[in-house]
Amino acid sequence: MRDLLRSGSAGGGFVPPSSNDFELPPIFGHNIYTTKPIALVFLSVILISVFFILSSRKAAVVPSKLQFAGESVYSFVRNDLAKDVIGHEFIRFVPYLFTLFTFILVNNIFGIIPLLQFPSMSRVSFPYILALSVYLVFHSVGVRKQGFVKYFKDIMFMPGVPKAAYILITPLEILTFFLVRPLTLSLRLFANMFAGHLLLLVFILGGDHLLQGVIGLKLISPFAFGIGIVLTFFEFMVQCLQAYIFTLLAALYIAGALADEH
Amino acid sequence: MTGTLNLVGFGLAAIGPGIATGLIFAAYINGVARQPEARSVLQPIAFLGFALAEALALFGLVLAFVL
Repeated sequence: MRDLLRSGSAGGGFVPPSSNDFELPPIFGHNIYTTKPIALVFLSVILISVFFILSSRKAAVVPSKLQFAGESVYSFVRNDLAKDVIGHEFIRFVPYLFTLFTFILVNNIFGIIPLLQFPSMSRVSFPYILALSVYLVFHSVGVRKQGFVKYFKDIMFMPGVPKAAYILITPLEILTFFLVRPLTLSLRLFANMFAGHLLLLVFILGGDHLLQGVIGLKLISPFAFGIGIVLTFFEFMVQCLQAYIFTLLAALYIAGALADEH
Repeated sequence: MTGTLNLVGFGLAAIGPGIATGLIFAAYINGVARQPEARSVLQPIAFLGFALAEALALFGLVLAFVL
């Protein structure tokens, strides 16, 4: 069982958790497209769809508990994220931001759900694709709003800056808009989930390993498990926060592309 | 037990973002304590700054594993 769960722990000694623990074997045979993260992403889509269809199907003026739960998530994204950040044109972007927020949130929280216990965003390809979609959306919004030439001219030559400063500012601005923004957006989400999962692995596997040691070590292992449980709650906070921050930054980038001057 | 010096380097690199996060939240708490009604304005800014500072530490973590 142990070998099945962790490829590195076949020998007797303690193998500290590393990035190898994130490379899970395929579920069905040798098909590399049927790994656990992919199954979790499909599961998340099903869960989100079922939850929001059920909660909005019998919409009433006096909401049921389910409808209230669904609507409070929606109103959080609509009012606190989209409306406050983007401004008067926000309603067009609410579906996109809402999808981003719920998708990332559910996939992150999979990291602490018993039996699932793997944040699918800790595989870097998922955040890359999400950041790519944000990248395409905010640039296309800017191009459509201000026109191709004016949008890119405003990025490269910020209005209201002395001419000599362009030597410094133009390369930095190009780097920020086309490289740093999508990269940091995806790597932030990935690294948070990766680090959080690794942290939980260290304490839970370490506690497990201490339990197999001599009696003195057995006495320490409850502390390791206890810290593991505390960190699980901490992880829950981080997972919600990261979903919020990803959506907030996406909204900020869209708002920046919509604004007339940067 | 085996390991790499990368992780020691990462520990050192995490000091900067740690201090930065502390400063950001100190400023946020100061602001809200002085003017409680400014909380809703300050909160996204505080979390944004926190995310930007924290990202640096996490890039260090990723590089510690990659290099």
